[in-house]
Amino acid sequence: MEAPAIAATYEAPVSRALRRQGPRQGMRWGRLMLIGVALSFLAAFVLLPLLVVFAQAFSKGLGVYLAAVSEPTAWSAVKLTLTVAAIAVPMNLLFGVVSAWAITKFQFRGKSTLITLIDLPFAVSPVIAGLTYILLFGARGWFGPYLQAHDIRMVFAVPGIVLATLFVTFPFVARELIPVMQAQGKHDEETALSLGAGGWQVFWHVTLPNIRWGLLYGVLLCNARAMGEFGAVSVVSGHIRGLTNTMPLHVEILYNEYNYAAAFAVASLLALLALLTLAGKSFLEWRQPELRHGTRRARADLEK
Amino acid sequence: MTGPVPVPPAMTGRAARSRRVIPGFGLTLGYTMLYLSLIVLIPLSATFFRSLDSGWGHFWAVVTAPRVVASLRLSFGAALLAAAVNAVFGLVIAWVLVRYRFPFRRLIDAMVDLPFALPTAVAGIALTALYAPNGWLGRGLQPLGIHVAFTPLGVVIALIFIGLPFVVRTLQPVLEELDKEVEQAAATLGASEWQTFARVILPALWPALLTGFALAFARAVGEYGSVIFIAGNMPMKSEIAPLLIITKLEQYDYSGATAIAVVMLVLSFALMLGINALQSWASTRHGAA
Repeated sequence: MEAPAIAATYEAPVSRALRRQGPRQGMRWGRLMLIGVALSFLAAFVLLPLLVVFAQAFSKGLGVYLAAVSEPTAWSAVKLTLTVAAIAVPMNLLFGVVSAWAITKFQFRGKSTLITLIDLPFAVSPVIAGLTYILLFGARGWFGPYLQAHDIRMVFAVPGIVLATLFVTFPFVARELIPVMQAQGKHDEETALSLGAGGWQVFWHVTLPNIRWGLLYGVLLCNARAMGEFGAVSVVSGHIRGLTNTMPLHVEILYNEYNYAAAFAVASLLALLALLTLAGKSFLEWRQPELRHGTRRARADLEK
Repeated sequence: MTGPVPVPPAMTGRAARSRRVIPGFGLTLGYTMLYLSLIVLIPLSATFFRSLDSGWGHFWAVVTAPRVVASLRLSFGAALLAAAVNAVFGLVIAWVLVRYRFPFRRLIDAMVDLPFALPTAVAGIALTALYAPNGWLGRGLQPLGIHVAFTPLGVVIALIFIGLPFVVRTLQPVLEELDKEVEQAAATLGASEWQTFARVILPALWPALLTGFALAFARAVGEYGSVIFIAGNMPMKSEIAPLLIITKLEQYDYSGATAIAVVMLVLSFALMLGINALQSWASTRHGAA
């Protein structure tokens, strides 16, 4: 009962001072100017690049567009991209859940170093990620002679593309899950265990329902990067048309052949994927608002 | 379903001793370390080992060659410049999105993440189409004597694109949590809008601004896909270091490619450590925020 009264007494001088503070007109212009600057910057750097993709894709008409996206090499690129994501995303999903379990349910020394190491692929150029696998599995790499003797192809083949994609998407699920699981603590799990549930039961029936939105969030971001990765995949793929070309690589080839309409047509499919990802992301943030800014806070908690 | 669930053998002894209630410590930490080593740590350390294969002299000769130095300077210089531009405009965008209400704000907010979600190759060809001499924006800039596509400026533009969300998304939560009463107190004490911003708001934002800057920079240094289309890739002028790595690989110059990669890795790790130190200094200095 008392609190609002106190707030009111303190509120009065503040608003009076703000009113006295001078030309409100000036404040409004300043505000409009800032909004103008922000929106122009976003229009030039975000909106226009997106629009230009679709404008260029349809610049030669619907016929050319449909021909470009239904051409056999385009289809094999789509299939390879889906295959690679279908392998890489579940593997990093499993890693994300397992590492988040280890990091958030237990105390151990070196935890913050471990988190830094998990984030490491973000600080490494995708090209260098690709290079490391060439150095390991290429013809002159450490395991090159062994692989050649056993007739196993890693680089310039699908396994290399999967490995490079695994590297660049490595932290995505883990870094979304760690804050979510940290925020939830371990009370629910401990209660279930004390009631006699087994480890797997606790995971499937207690932990998983708690983290499902965070899990989807991580998978969504991981998948977008896995399907769109270019630099790392470019190094290990060898650009064999119809065999080791993912969609982004196919876009590059068409573009370098000056086949712009076709390049942008395939690019528009990837842009559509990006828009779907953003829509899904917004939906998940609406379902669970903590997801938006989770990472930063939990990171601070963990490092305490 | 309801039967007893086997506890991983590595767990039982230690868990019992340290009275850990939740199972799976050994299994999950073991798997985490194994997978991390296989996918990230072993390949990365292989790069460091391989860089010394042909000896220190060769390594030094490669990384001090003028073309390599020029590409490293471009990659790091353009990344710094782009991160600085993003720090300024990212702050304005975060401020506007958090503090002001205007039509389509939610939609515009969601769009900030587009550079995260859009594949870099798509961003690359889109930016090139925009800024080419006959593009939507290039057409207007050309008469002013500003050439973006196929110049180092194009590299900076591409790096601004991919770095923007890092700054905005790091600043937004901090701005949302900022106590408005402190600003009102500053106003009551007679501070002008600008004084309030410079003396009250900005100090509280420094750590987050530095984090956003560092993330945008780290991403930009190694960026490849969005840059190569717009850069023109002229040696000594607009050729970025990651592209030079690929060029060397295509010439089967493995040791040359590895040497450049190691320099990039060492430089970016050193810079990240420096920025981390600066950031912890900034947050202890303005610890209250």
